[in-house]
Amino acid sequence: MPRDAPARFEVDRLLTDPATGIIVCCGSGGVGKTTTAAALGVRAAEAGRRVVVLTIDPARRLAQSLGLSELDNTPRPVGSVGADAGGSLDAMMLDMKRTFDEVVLAHSTPEKAAQILENPFYQSVSSSFAGTQEYMAMEKLGQLRAQADLEGTWDLVIVDTPPSRSALDFLDAPKRLGSFLDGRFIRLLMAPAKAGGRAYLKVFSFGANLAATTLSRVLGGQFLSDVQTFVAALDTMFGGFRERADVTYALLKEPSTAFVVVAAPERDALREAAYFVDRLETEGMPLAGVVVNRMQVLGAPGLSGARAEAAAEQLDDRAEDVNGAGPAPGLTAALLRLHTGLAEVASRHEGHVRRFVAAHPGVPVSTVPAAPTDIHDLDGLRRVAQALATG
Amino acid sequence: MPAPALETALDGVRLHVVTGKGGVGKTTVASALGLALARQGRRVLLVEVEGRQGISQTFEVAPLGIEERRLVHDPSGGELWGLSVDATAALLEYLQTFYKLGRAGGALEKMGVIDFATTIAPGVRDVLLIGKVYEAVGRTTGARRGHGPLAWDAVVLDAPPTGRVARFLGVNEQVADLARVGPIHSQAESITRMLHDPRSRVHIVTLLEEMPVQETADAVTQLTGEGFRVGALVVNQVRDTVPPAVLDTDLDADEVEEQVRADLATVGVRSGARTVGGLLAEGRAHAQRLALERELTTEVEALGHPVLRLPALAGGVEDGGVSVLADALVEQGVR
Repeated sequence: MPRDAPARFEVDRLLTDPATGIIVCCGSGGVGKTTTAAALGVRAAEAGRRVVVLTIDPARRLAQSLGLSELDNTPRPVGSVGADAGGSLDAMMLDMKRTFDEVVLAHSTPEKAAQILENPFYQSVSSSFAGTQEYMAMEKLGQLRAQADLEGTWDLVIVDTPPSRSALDFLDAPKRLGSFLDGRFIRLLMAPAKAGGRAYLKVFSFGANLAATTLSRVLGGQFLSDVQTFVAALDTMFGGFRERADVTYALLKEPSTAFVVVAAPERDALREAAYFVDRLETEGMPLAGVVVNRMQVLGAPGLSGARAEAAAEQLDDRAEDVNGAGPAPGLTAALLRLHTGLAEVASRHEGHVRRFVAAHPGVPVSTVPAAPTDIHDLDGLRRVAQALATG
Repeated sequence: MPAPALETALDGVRLHVVTGKGGVGKTTVASALGLALARQGRRVLLVEVEGRQGISQTFEVAPLGIEERRLVHDPSGGELWGLSVDATAALLEYLQTFYKLGRAGGALEKMGVIDFATTIAPGVRDVLLIGKVYEAVGRTTGARRGHGPLAWDAVVLDAPPTGRVARFLGVNEQVADLARVGPIHSQAESITRMLHDPRSRVHIVTLLEEMPVQETADAVTQLTGEGFRVGALVVNQVRDTVPPAVLDTDLDADEVEEQVRADLATVGVRSGARTVGGLLAEGRAHAQRLALERELTTEVEALGHPVLRLPALAGGVEDGGVSVLADALVEQGVR
C-alpha cells in the first residue's frame, strides 16, 4: 500500500459489531453531520441493529423524512426501517430547554424545582448559554444509553452534535458548565443566601468581597440576587451536576463508544477535523474514522482537465469549418469545458484529503461523493450510507 | 415586492454585520467586503468575535491578537485592519477603564469571576464582544472623547451564524432586562440603539443549497421582526453558467451520445463508452444541480433585499482568492 493511501474506514464492520454501543458524529458546522448520523442509523437498522438517532438541529425536510415533525424530545419510530433484518430505527430531536427542565425536576423536590424553573437567571442559562446545548446533548445521550441498558429498547445510540462553530466546543462545554456549577465562585455566591441577609460580607475574604461587590456594581444588584437565588435553589443538585458530567465523559471513553469525525473537503473543515482527531487521541477517546462528505467525483475520471480543455478548443476551431454539425452543435465542447472545471474542483478536494491523510497516517477515512441535489428522503440516506460503506 | 437598490442598502453604512449558516463562507465574505471598501479609499476595521482566527487565515498573516493590526494598505489610501475580540481581555479592559481595578483584576480571574462573567453569565460575553465593536464604530481621533473625525469609515463584523445571530445582536436587550441598573445596563442600551440605527446593516451569506437558503429566509424574518435592518443577501460560490447547449439538450438521446463520440474521435480523445457516458453523466448531474439552483435563486430574490453574487473559485479561497471576491463586490456596486 502506498504510504499516502488512507486506511479504509470499515463502516459496516463498525455498525454490525455488537460491541459498538454509541456512535458520536462530530465536526464543524455545515459539513453534513446530521445527514451522516441519519445515514448511519438507516444502514445499521437495515443490518439488524436496534438504533436510536439523536439529532440536534436537522434540516426541515430531512427531519420530515425521518418522521420528525415536532421537536418533542421523544424518540419515535421511523417507518419500518430495518424490520426485514430484525432491526429498527427511532429518531428524535433534542429540546434543550426541556431536557434541562427534566434534569431539574428529576433531582429536586417539587417546590425547589418550581423555584428554579421560575428564576429569570435559570431561564436565560437554560435557553441561551452557549454551552447548554452541548451539555444537554450529552445529558440526553446518557439518558438514552441508560434507557437502552435498562429496557433493552436499543442496542445502538447514534448522536449528532450541536452545530458549534468549533467542533471542540462539544467536548469542552459540558465540563465547563459542570465545573462552573460546582465551582468555588458559585459556592461564594451561595454563601450570602445561606447566611441570610447582608451580614455575610464580614466573614468574606477581601477577594470574595471584591468579587461580589464588583459583580454587583457591574451587573446591578437585582441580577446578582437572581443568580444567588438560582444558585441556592440548585444547591441540592450540585454534586449531581459534576457527577453527571463526569459520568458522561467516562461514557465517551468506553471502548463501546466510537467517534466519527465528519468533514467537507475544504481547508477549514479539514483543519477542524484535524484538531478533533488530535484532541480525541489526547483524551484517550476512541476514533472510529473520518468521513469526508461532498467530494467532487468525475464521471469520466480517465480524461484529464487539461486534455478536455484542449479538445474543446480544437472542436471550437473545427466548428467554424463545418458550422456546427450534429443534433446538438457545441454540446461536446461544452461538456468538455464542464469536465475541466469539475476536474479542477475534484483535484483540489483530493489534495485537501491527501494532506489530511499525510498528517494523520493510520486514521481511517471514508469519502462520500457530492450529490447533485440535497438529501431529504430515506432513499437518499441509503445512497449516502452505501457510499460511506464503500468509499 | 421589488428589492431596494443596493445603494440604499449600503450607502452610509458604518457597521456591516455579516452572518449566514455555518459553512457558507461568512469569514471569507466579510473579508472580501472589508477589502472591497478599503480598495475604494476607506479605512475599514474587520472584526471577528469567535476567536477562530479566520481573518488571519484568510489574509495569511500571523494570528490576530487583541490589538488592531493593519492587514492591507491600498494604493487608493484605503486601509484594512483586523481585530480578534476576546471576551476575557475585553472584560478586564472594561473593568480597568471604569473601575481602576489595577491588580485586583488578576484576583478576580483567579476566583473564577472572569470566567463566570465571560462564559456563563447569559449574554455578558456577547455584550462585551459587541461592546468592543460599538467602541470602534463610535471612536474618534480627536484629543477628547467623541471629538474629531471618526477613526473608522466602516466596521465589518464577522458575526456568529444565522442560528445564533439574532440572540447575539439582541443580547443587549436581554441583559438590559436582567441587569436593570448599573453600567452594563446603560452600555447595553447604547449598543442596542447603535444596532437598530439605519447605519447598521446585517448581510446574510448563503449558498444555493436548500438549508442555507431556508436559514436565510428564516433569518430575514427574525432579524426584521426584531428591528434589525437587513442589508444585502450574498450568494456565495456561484458556479459559472454552462453553455446552454448542455442544459437545452436531451442528454439521454441516442444520437446525442453518437455525436459526442464522433466529436471526441475527431479531436483524438479516447472515446470509449466510459468517457462518453461519464461526460454525459457529468452533464446530467450539472443540469440537475443548476435547475435546483435556479429555483433557490428565485427564492432568494423573492426575499426583498438586494442580492450580491460571488463566484465559486475553482482553486478555493487560498492564494489571494479573497481579492478576486473583493473585485466582484466592487464590480457589483459595493462602495
